[in-house]
Amino acid sequence: MKQPILQLNNINKSFPGVKALDGACLNVYPGQVMALLGENGAGKSTLMKVITGIYSLDDGEIRYQDKVVSFNGPRESQKAGISIIHQELNLLPELTIAENIFLGREITNRFGAINWSLMFEQADLLLKRLKVKHKSSTPLNELSLGEQQMVEIAKALSFESKVIIMDEPTDALTDSEVDSLFVVINELRDEGYGIVYISHRLKEIFEVCDDITVLRDGKFIAEKTVASMDEDTLIELMVGRRLDEQYPRIATTHSTVCLEVKELYAKATHGVSFTLNHGEILGVSGLMGAGRTELMKVIYGALARESGDIILNGQVINPTSSLQALNHGIAYISEDRKGDGLVLGLSVKDNMSLCALKDLSKGWQLDHQAEATSVNDFIRLFNIKTPSMDQIIGNLSGGNQQKVAIAKGLMTKPKVLILDEPTRGVDVGAKKEIYQLINKFKAEGMSIILVSSEMPEVLGMSDRILVMHQGQISGEFSAKEADQEKLMACAVGKNNNEVAA
Amino acid sequence: MSSNITSSVSGTSKRHFLSKEWFIEQKSLIALIVLIAVVSVLNEYFFTIDNILNILRQTSVIAILAAGMTLVILTAGIDLSVGSILALCGAFAASMISLEIPVLIAVPVSLLGGAVLGSMAGLIISKGKVQAFIATLVMMTLLRGVTMVYTDGRPISTGFTDVADSFAWFGTGYMFGIPVPVWLMIFVFAGIWYLLNHTRFGRYVYALGGNESATKLSGINVDRIKIGVYSICGLLSALAGIIITSRLSSAQPTAGMGYELDAIAAVVVGGTSLAGGRGYIMGTLIGALIIGVLNNALNLLDVSSYFQMIVKAAVILLAVLVDNKNK
Repeated sequence: MKQPILQLNNINKSFPGVKALDGACLNVYPGQVMALLGENGAGKSTLMKVITGIYSLDDGEIRYQDKVVSFNGPRESQKAGISIIHQELNLLPELTIAENIFLGREITNRFGAINWSLMFEQADLLLKRLKVKHKSSTPLNELSLGEQQMVEIAKALSFESKVIIMDEPTDALTDSEVDSLFVVINELRDEGYGIVYISHRLKEIFEVCDDITVLRDGKFIAEKTVASMDEDTLIELMVGRRLDEQYPRIATTHSTVCLEVKELYAKATHGVSFTLNHGEILGVSGLMGAGRTELMKVIYGALARESGDIILNGQVINPTSSLQALNHGIAYISEDRKGDGLVLGLSVKDNMSLCALKDLSKGWQLDHQAEATSVNDFIRLFNIKTPSMDQIIGNLSGGNQQKVAIAKGLMTKPKVLILDEPTRGVDVGAKKEIYQLINKFKAEGMSIILVSSEMPEVLGMSDRILVMHQGQISGEFSAKEADQEKLMACAVGKNNNEVAA
Repeated sequence: MSSNITSSVSGTSKRHFLSKEWFIEQKSLIALIVLIAVVSVLNEYFFTIDNILNILRQTSVIAILAAGMTLVILTAGIDLSVGSILALCGAFAASMISLEIPVLIAVPVSLLGGAVLGSMAGLIISKGKVQAFIATLVMMTLLRGVTMVYTDGRPISTGFTDVADSFAWFGTGYMFGIPVPVWLMIFVFAGIWYLLNHTRFGRYVYALGGNESATKLSGINVDRIKIGVYSICGLLSALAGIIITSRLSSAQPTAGMGYELDAIAAVVVGGTSLAGGRGYIMGTLIGALIIGVLNNALNLLDVSSYFQMIVKAAVILLAVLVDNKNK
């Protein structure tokens, strides 16, 4: 039996009205990567906050290096050798790499002045170990997201950590950055670090992890070795039921062109043309920064168009504001819920009806009755888990927030629905529900553009797939002929097969 | 999709006046009641109809300013120019009255002037992309300067005509035994409450303060909302100016100096977040009353006016700390 370096036994933690952790367990072994899995709201982040002492535990014990410990905040746990790399990086973009690594414990001489040369030297050593090709005197904001993540890891190493916890580390990374992250994780494992890897992406779990711990509703469900698992059983453990098929595709016959984009030029869009048929799901694939979101925002009127035409049902619309696009029947659901998708401080109702208030008022006065009726209908239809429509939306899980965001777009009764990364940060159960909803809209004749970085999602849902690279369309495929390799080739700009569907 | 709307539970808005949630969120109301109870015990004159009406009338000007300020702060803005607009519009009204221009023309024109001045700040903020603090600081200084130039630094009397007599009604009159300024305050708060809770504009104000880019991406013209709130704030500042001018029968060039800070304090004590998107207009009324009651009580209890400032600061700090703790 392996001896864990960090052991959490039967942890209980309650908040007013919810039992967030109910006998949760986690073992971290030196020289192994432990995956921590569970749907949104399963208690993963609460457990992490218990480890670092941000939350006090109600019951249970934490054993670290064979001693019962309780930390009084992240500073203490970090000092003891447990580092957490959060989903949203805790770095200061204006400072240099070295300053970020040694923030709050700068290397000083005996007069209290910073010993820059020694600090840069030590930081450079750390960067070299992680194969980051930057000097530690470089300002952080000159680094890509993947490299910034490496800086976080360097920071963890500088604490001489023994346990490194990574919360959704690949969420914002490109595929090549993910690969180099995995190389580093493998090296750290070989050096004997205990690593906890939290992710929604099952593929990565199988690639990089040794063991799996599954939580559901705050309860410990299972600890297994990766070798003994397959994807379906894992999903079953996480959601507590079997998901027969992840992408429930439905066949439709699409007839006529609904939306046509002709030679569109804008800031990050360089001559894009494509068509979207009635009742079709058009997948848009590509790497981060390929200009997909920018293109969609130009079509939605939120970004300025330079030249080219946007034609809806044979009529040139060229919207210059989101309001115009909405009035023409184009709805856009943002990839960035926190940034420009939702108003997190407002209620579910206020968010959902925000675009459609004109239809829900009599003159200038709001029709509260009509608003409540349609909001409640969507809550039921979308199976949104919220105590009431007056709940502040920031308190809902990511999946439920996303459902509200989609409902918000649908309330405007759009002809064209643009979904930008509709399942980002959403757990597997809610993902499937969102896919079913998308199919339902499609069956009702809505035309849908599905922008996604997850290739299986694009391949599984779309009737036709466009691939973008550097603001241009680098490939177009029908669902039948597309596969992951072809999409990837186009996404990185290998334009060997520009096949029209 | 949404065509299959069936009958369903009708919800009440979370901010509905006097609902249970409203009370829970109004710790400041409880604070006000406690304050009144304590002072009533300490001084027997305090809890008399005369004194209560006196407090309400004294509070009305700051409360009306704070009502407009609430709208602005809900959008995550700030308006420092209210005191200057008050003075300029008051002076403008006084000179119109002294020229025997009928009240029914002079008052609406002054109010409109306030709205136009406010909309200028709104334009600078939305179209010029200037921070609200800077834009309204500029307006505050500029309009105080214009007032000084316009009045030559001297009060403008409304004169001793019939027109001046009827103009005096705004500051000194009574309706059903209640002073006119108090009625105006009630109308203003009822109006803003209606605006915030029952109109699209009000909903957009909350959305804009909560997340501007999300509001923009929802197809809402945020520039128009911003210009709207600063215009309303300007209009209410002009109304406050009319009340003061009418009460004193003359416009002081230094009127309303420092009032912007009292108004902001009332808004914050009432539980509205300076970060925007969260707050209640009735909280502002209570906030203004807490400050009003405090001023009155300290006078009744013979506390020196120097010491009053210290007490006032302590109470504001306390209110904000309690509010933060409950977030």
